[in-house]
Amino acid sequence: MNAQAIPASDAGYNFAYLDEQTKRMIRRALLKAVAIPGYQVPFGGREMPLPYGWGTGGMQLTAAILGADDVLKVIDQGADDTTNAVSIRRFFARTAGVATTERTPAATVIQTRHRIPETPLAAGQIMVYQVPIPEPLRFIEPSETETRTMHALGDYGVMHVKLYEDIATFGHIATSYAYPVTVDGRYVMDPSPIPKFDNPKLDRSPALMLFGAGREKRLYAVPPYTRVVSLDFEDHPFQIQQWEQCCAICGSGDSYLDELIVDDAGSKQFVCSDTDYCAQRAQQQESRP
Amino acid sequence: MSAAEQLLPATSVGTEPLFAVRDLTRLYGPEKGCQGVSFELYPGEVLGIVGESGSGKSTLLSLLCGRCPPDRGSVQYRDGAGDWLDLYAASEAERRTLLRTEWGFVEQNPRDGLRMGVSAGANIGERLMAQGVRHYGQLRAAGLDWLQQVEIDPARIDDLPRTFSGGMQQRLQIARNLVSSPKLVFMDEPTGGLDVSVQARLLDLLRGLVRELDLAVVIVTHDLAVARLLADRLMVMRRSRVVESGLTDQILDDPQHPYTQLLVSSVLQP
Amino acid sequence: MNTLIEVRDLAKTFTLHQQHGVSLQVLRGLSFTVAAGECLVLHGQSGAGKSTLLRTLYGNYLPAGGSIRIRHAGDWLELVGAEPRQVLAVRRQTLGYVSQFLRVIPRVPALEVVMEPALARGWSRADAEARAKALLTRLNIPERLWQLAPGTFSGGEQQRVNLARGFMVSWPVMLLDEPTASLDEANARVVLELIDDAKAAGSALIGIFHDRAIREAVADRYLDMTQEDLAHAS
Repeated sequence: MNAQAIPASDAGYNFAYLDEQTKRMIRRALLKAVAIPGYQVPFGGREMPLPYGWGTGGMQLTAAILGADDVLKVIDQGADDTTNAVSIRRFFARTAGVATTERTPAATVIQTRHRIPETPLAAGQIMVYQVPIPEPLRFIEPSETETRTMHALGDYGVMHVKLYEDIATFGHIATSYAYPVTVDGRYVMDPSPIPKFDNPKLDRSPALMLFGAGREKRLYAVPPYTRVVSLDFEDHPFQIQQWEQCCAICGSGDSYLDELIVDDAGSKQFVCSDTDYCAQRAQQQESRP
Repeated sequence: MSAAEQLLPATSVGTEPLFAVRDLTRLYGPEKGCQGVSFELYPGEVLGIVGESGSGKSTLLSLLCGRCPPDRGSVQYRDGAGDWLDLYAASEAERRTLLRTEWGFVEQNPRDGLRMGVSAGANIGERLMAQGVRHYGQLRAAGLDWLQQVEIDPARIDDLPRTFSGGMQQRLQIARNLVSSPKLVFMDEPTGGLDVSVQARLLDLLRGLVRELDLAVVIVTHDLAVARLLADRLMVMRRSRVVESGLTDQILDDPQHPYTQLLVSSVLQP
Repeated sequence: MNTLIEVRDLAKTFTLHQQHGVSLQVLRGLSFTVAAGECLVLHGQSGAGKSTLLRTLYGNYLPAGGSIRIRHAGDWLELVGAEPRQVLAVRRQTLGYVSQFLRVIPRVPALEVVMEPALARGWSRADAEARAKALLTRLNIPERLWQLAPGTFSGGEQQRVNLARGFMVSWPVMLLDEPTASLDEANARVVLELIDDAKAAGSALIGIFHDRAIREAVADRYLDMTQEDLAHAS
């Protein structure tokens, strides 16, 4: 179906680009992160052959966990066919020789920027998130020493200050992405810049969630079936985005939609941001008699 | 005359101290810092610490409020449940909890005590949120109520503190501290950077709140007029030591120590 | 006799460290008692230490020696060497001090100044306000001034505001430092009435009065302070 021709792996690189010592170091950090859900573990980030901000954190995590028989999917803004997604997919196909896919159920490792697939994840799958700023307290507290102390003491009052400001300014909680969550009733975590639409998918997910920040050299994790609660107020409960429209391609009424301007007159269309989900639905509808 | 007389026991006379300090010492050099300070503070009592710059007032204040561990001595606080807590034997978590619940700290510069990047309402609500209040309506109501109490127009609840005057910022800082109904408030030159006319208003407000809320206060000031107006008793510091302590008006009207006499006689009396 | 205050061998010395440590002994070996309903008038020329004595009794000046015992909350309390909070409790409940000078607090209206001693004792605002208004009226402070801070008042008006404050609540022991000085006859008469009321209610009064007529009207006994070596209650 979507399986691509696997480019011949380049024998000049170690498996998945990083050397074995580095991968071991990252795995050890990942084990710690899984053991303390939501806790930010520092790791010795390496130079990757692309700039910070392009997913170097996520790539190092993917490199560390990838095995020869894994099937890799990479998405950027929900799409498999954007430059960043294509480059990273090809990078691992070339350096590790692993199979790649655009199909969510077929993948064992999914590296993502901005989205969680609409197709429900299954046990055994691993999500790898690219994180720009791992520290959810950074917006109000510039000192790293202080934010670590705040995490250690569960001193999270200021997180609600942000939500309070939203309501005071906009009448509702206007934070729509990187919406902070409490993991397993303990650590407050930045779920990476996914839309808050995807936050409920983190809660008790059967898949393992790994988060990597390349510039900040921090990683953290949400193990399968962990409670993940979005912060809110009693009288302003957490809500996800909703659209009046359905997807113009597949007609889905419950997926996350992107707004497209389709002509010079400014006509708009709404389509699924998850291209694989949308394509699968469209295909099913066509094949149906 | 006795018709209206109601001999209630005065609220301010606690039978047990709230705060006990023993031999508190931290020196940065000979006579730099503070040494050998002991006192007890009762609920509702206002203690003024006076002395010139460099006499150790500020060092003492940071030792008292848990910001800086002493070389020697202890600071004990009797909490809401009546149990004594040794400040420096307690965990960082306990100290922080104390500082945002039963204690308050009013900084000389409101920029140090406020979050300048968030609205007045959020500044007031922060302590409540830290204590677990998760109801926006309640936070809003508390914000409006406290703005009124500190004489700031409630319509300004969504404005940033940087759009406020210095006096308003200081009053906002006071509201931010008092919203959690603290029992003990530390103040570091609270009227320091303000115009005289603004000072008077702030002092008047503080006087009223202290009595109304039965606050115990430790206030550091070099302004003897402020001390006279707010403090029940004074400690006079010089070169890291307390040279004289006692009832405020007695210290100011009949100072005993040569240094206190010099201090009092150096003040211009309008 | 129901003694409310008892002074034994009281001494007060001022040491002026800024003036080569010169030492002034103003009070020495002073002993007296005052009972409920009695008015002790301090007698002696200017500089004899009358005001100093009142201030020492009030805790405003630190005694050099001796004893000041006062009936407070049903017990005898030694004021010499007492904790500040004990002195403040005595000042709140037991010991009143009326001088001719008002310490003005910026921005606080006259009515509030007068009400303060009652509020400190836990009176309701309504009760305190009713009595304060009655007193201000009796002492001829025009109603339009009540809500203004007394900082801008004339000396006489400030003095009468201070008198209203002093007589706002009843004190078991009252110290009066020339309360009628420079008052006109009508107002002086009001103060006399207030003093008589206080005596009738069982207060022990210690006072300084320069005006002979008033002195003779209120005094039950005199304390002669002219010859300090022989100072004693007559």
